Amino acid sequence: MDVSQYLGVFLDESQEHIQTLNDQLMVLEQDPENEDSINEIFRAAHSLKGMSGTMGYKRLQHLTHDTEDVFSAVRSGQMKVTSHLIDILFQALDAIQEYVDTIRETTEEGDNDNEPIIQELNKALAEGTGEAPAAAPAASAPAAPAAAAPAAEAAPAAPAADLPAYKRIKLEDAQRDVMKDAIVAGKKVMGITVKIEDACMLKAARAFLVFKAVEESGEVVLTNPSSQDIEDEKFDFVFSFFLITDDDLDKVLSECKGVSEIENAEGELFDEKMVEDAYNLSDKPEEAAPAAAEAAPAPAAAPAAETAPAPAAPAPAAEAKPAAAKPAAAKPAPKKAVVSHTVRVDTEKLDVLMNLVSELIIAKNSLVSAASKTDGENTALAVNEQVEYLESVTTSLHESVMKVRMVPIESALQKFPRMIRDLEKKLGKKMSLTITGEETELDRTVVDQIGDPLMHLLRNSADHGLETPDVRAQRGKPETGSIFLNAYQDGNNVTIEVGDDGNGIDVEAIRQKIIERNYAPEEQAMQMTDKEVINVLFDPGFSMAKKVTDISGRGVGLDVVKSNIEQLGGDVEVKAKLGEGSTFIIRLPLTLAIIQALMVLVGGEKYAIALGNITTIEDVPRSDIRLVENREVIQLRGSVIPIINLAEILDVKSNREEDENLVIVIVKKGESLAGLVVDELDGQQEIVIKSLGKYIKPSRMISGATILGDGEVALILDSNALI
Amino acid sequence: MANEVAVVNEGTQYIVVGLGNEQYGIDIKYIDNIVRMQSITRVPKVQEYFKGVINLRGEVVPVMSLRIKMNLTDDEITNKSRIIILKLESNANIGILVDEVKKVVTISDGDIERTSHDRKSGSQTFISGVGKVEGGLISLLDLSMIIDDEE
Repeated sequence: MDVSQYLGVFLDESQEHIQTLNDQLMVLEQDPENEDSINEIFRAAHSLKGMSGTMGYKRLQHLTHDTEDVFSAVRSGQMKVTSHLIDILFQALDAIQEYVDTIRETTEEGDNDNEPIIQELNKALAEGTGEAPAAAPAASAPAAPAAAAPAAEAAPAAPAADLPAYKRIKLEDAQRDVMKDAIVAGKKVMGITVKIEDACMLKAARAFLVFKAVEESGEVVLTNPSSQDIEDEKFDFVFSFFLITDDDLDKVLSECKGVSEIENAEGELFDEKMVEDAYNLSDKPEEAAPAAAEAAPAPAAAPAAETAPAPAAPAPAAEAKPAAAKPAAAKPAPKKAVVSHTVRVDTEKLDVLMNLVSELIIAKNSLVSAASKTDGENTALAVNEQVEYLESVTTSLHESVMKVRMVPIESALQKFPRMIRDLEKKLGKKMSLTITGEETELDRTVVDQIGDPLMHLLRNSADHGLETPDVRAQRGKPETGSIFLNAYQDGNNVTIEVGDDGNGIDVEAIRQKIIERNYAPEEQAMQMTDKEVINVLFDPGFSMAKKVTDISGRGVGLDVVKSNIEQLGGDVEVKAKLGEGSTFIIRLPLTLAIIQALMVLVGGEKYAIALGNITTIEDVPRSDIRLVENREVIQLRGSVIPIINLAEILDVKSNREEDENLVIVIVKKGESLAGLVVDELDGQQEIVIKSLGKYIKPSRMISGATILGDGEVALILDSNALI
Repeated sequence: MANEVAVVNEGTQYIVVGLGNEQYGIDIKYIDNIVRMQSITRVPKVQEYFKGVINLRGEVVPVMSLRIKMNLTDDEITNKSRIIILKLESNANIGILVDEVKKVVTISDGDIERTSHDRKSGSQTFISGVGKVEGGLISLLDLSMIIDDEE
């Protein structure tokens, strides 16, 4: 089956499931008894397993299967959630994430078997359920999607039949361990084979009764065929199982025989050596047999070494050898180039789009009919009217299309609670993360790329910002440090604040560092304002970390954050107070592709300035310009604002050099203001941002170009780069 | 505009452009389009040989002056001036401004003399070889050298 076309969906959905697992595991860690989240986890794990099976990702399926087993045991109450278990599960989750990432990049799942994690999982499962009373082999067990894998251990008539059936069952690591532990603990382990009368019509029901009988006194470790197959009547008239119990063998056997229509039951006690033998049982016949077993028409082909994850069978399914035991049922998806990015769109948004397109068609038709009218003056009027209508429709259409590109920032933030949890353990600090405004919408491109800078800032807060518990105690702060992330829309921008109530930024310490490292001459460093000093933190190659940790402080830090954010058309600034905490404030444009802009003329050339950056437009007499430290400034309502002569820096000659008054566009970047001197204003316009192409590399003050209504190209000035 | 089209099965097709008194050949496989002169928006603070950007069917495409790049006098725009849109990679167009577009020729490999690497004159580095055609020689442009702007 060619499943490559589903790859995108698979990736999206598995990402969602992984996220659910992460979130719910965190909940579970806080509240180990929370049934809702256990159920949620189980569902997500189960879907993940099914999906990876369908897509033919064997290793991923194997790992998810074992993870699901653990959840299954937890759900059925056989196992308690411990913090150790949560740790293992998080590890497994990370490994799953790794598979998914690899698939995203290469469409293949890679060749890491993650055997250690699987063993950990199985061990945890075995330990957790070892003592628990077994539940009835009820039907709630979902069928393993790949259970179709027919393996050997065929009908009892198989050539190797000189051994009793229960001796031909191959044990897996975990089962062996469970059984050995039981023997050591003084319990009896027995292998039993039951034969049902040939005339029996309800084999599964009889088998069920047998299990029910033996489970009153003990625990079934492994069945052959799997309990799922037994339930589905996919077996001949013989089935075998291992039982851990306190009762004697004879008693158990007679209980089995006590069930009606049971022809015979035989078995024997296993000691450690026999368990080991069973474990070492060659799986060669299994490997050799699949073809034959598959070909055999009888439903007898019992899937060997494949226990369905029935809640009753606490032993993890024997899938630990998936590659050998299963003939490749599904081929891995054929190679395909990297998966395209998709946006999930609310159907409501699509409906709005559809409506607008219908209106557009109506507008076009009206325009056609208006234009074909014959009398002159009225035609012009009618056409004008329709053009106005058309304009309003296109504007709305435009807006709606942009909305389709918008996604909640939530998807970029989801991984953070987990990250903080891990950091908490690693750093030995208590911290809590509060996130608000996850629903704030941003362009998909921005949301995709904002994750890394935010992660960096949060790590910074956790590592450098928050003090150690004893320092916090000294300072009279609560033991648990709080880290916050607030996102909200602010006009044409989205602001994200990331901060903590920790140490803040020690300006003097940075100043010392600047001098120490000869980053700037001492004199200059002493004269820098606090803000300038803090801004040095964003310069490449300047890291404040006292010691290099793997959490932050490798010298690539805030400068990367800054350049990432600037690439997205945003900016970042810091507010900090020593001893009270620091806050990084990130401003991002709502969307990358379309902005509202003010068009200005400078020396006959037209430029666009993003409206979001403009505070006011002033008409200032030339005589008001003052010189401060050799820079031209104006005073405006009490504040001194440096002015920048655009004509000068754009290498053109201003048309208004002789004029008395200057037109000054006041722009802001964070809290700094600057005035841009232009010749003329040319109105406000919604512009589509285009790149200048690969070959031409203009200075940073040109952030792109746009195409105007008359087909001319106008350049976009990045006022942030000018300040 | 093509006065003469030579059709030979073997060899490479070149578009012959005029630049001052010289003729240059551009491998046709790199040419996406040839457009008439249109208004070019100047981009401040870029290399001198970039004339600016144009609107090519809704895309913004930079335009380079071949004359300035080859250290000739600045372009004089006439109604023979053309912008040749080159596509060396997907999604990355660049236009080069030439005095005129003359014809398309096919030059077989045997008729091309590869230039040696002595670089007497500045413009020679932009030439990958010289092709012999009826009535003269045509310098074949090495586009990667022209567009590569590590200067």
